[in-house]
Amino acid sequence: MQIIFIIVSAVTLLSGIMVVTNRNLFHAALYMMLSFLGVAGLYVLLDAGFMAAAQLLVYIGAISILVIFAIMMTRRLMQTTETPYNSQWVWSGIASVSVFALIVLVITQVTAVLPTDPNAFMAPSAINDAVLYDALSNMVISLGESFVSAEQYVLPFILSSVLLLVALVGAIIVARPDVEENES
Amino acid sequence: MIEAVSQIPLSWFLIVAAALFSIGLYGVLARRNAVAMLMSVELMLNAVNINLIAFWRYIDPLQPTGVAWAIFVLTVAAAEAAVGLALIISIYRQRDSVIAEELDVLKY
Repeated sequence: MQIIFIIVSAVTLLSGIMVVTNRNLFHAALYMMLSFLGVAGLYVLLDAGFMAAAQLLVYIGAISILVIFAIMMTRRLMQTTETPYNSQWVWSGIASVSVFALIVLVITQVTAVLPTDPNAFMAPSAINDAVLYDALSNMVISLGESFVSAEQYVLPFILSSVLLLVALVGAIIVARPDVEENES
Repeated sequence: MIEAVSQIPLSWFLIVAAALFSIGLYGVLARRNAVAMLMSVELMLNAVNINLIAFWRYIDPLQPTGVAWAIFVLTVAAAEAAVGLALIISIYRQRDSVIAEELDVLKY
């Protein structure tokens, strides 16, 4: 199981590095799809099958296709000769490495003083395997109920649907060519 | 798959998420191309989602709270990608460039 985790995270991180370093933007988009696939694998390892399916549909199916469309509609993006970085790339590298070092430092410091038992943080009733298995297999049902129940997430759910509608209509209006351009 | 979580410490997931976040941060800061910057932002949002799902699974898997939160992050990411790419295409039509450094009208 640990080997699966290491392989999946290596694929995710290596293709993530290829996304930010590849000169050819189209290849970077394909590596981004591979990285999203690795993240979906991590969700499967975390028993979140619904999130993995949503990741496949939304990120690999929709967002990557949008990005590839944008790359193809802006032809100068396909040029691979000029440098992909701006003048501050050294400082950006230093900043992101220090952010990573800081987060890892905090994680290791915190986990060093915590109990090593993997069930230590878990809600007491979830330690029972049968209860846990039952909850995880009915996760989609309880998630769907929580989206429409008034005391849980019905308001954020409706707000996010309004946000999506506004964003999509706004995207169409922003990206639409001018009317004069259409007539000429 | 239930046994996976008992064999993998929570900190491994957090470190992978932190690494993915830092890679995305480097892309946002260093790439010249606006579409590449947007792709790096998507990587950072994915790292946040890994954290949310990992904490949900290790701390309170009986409630759907963490997954619901991650779904909302996913929705906002989809809306952000649609609007961002529409803006980039619109800018490309007007200025014939998607290099972030060349979009400096507001500077002068």
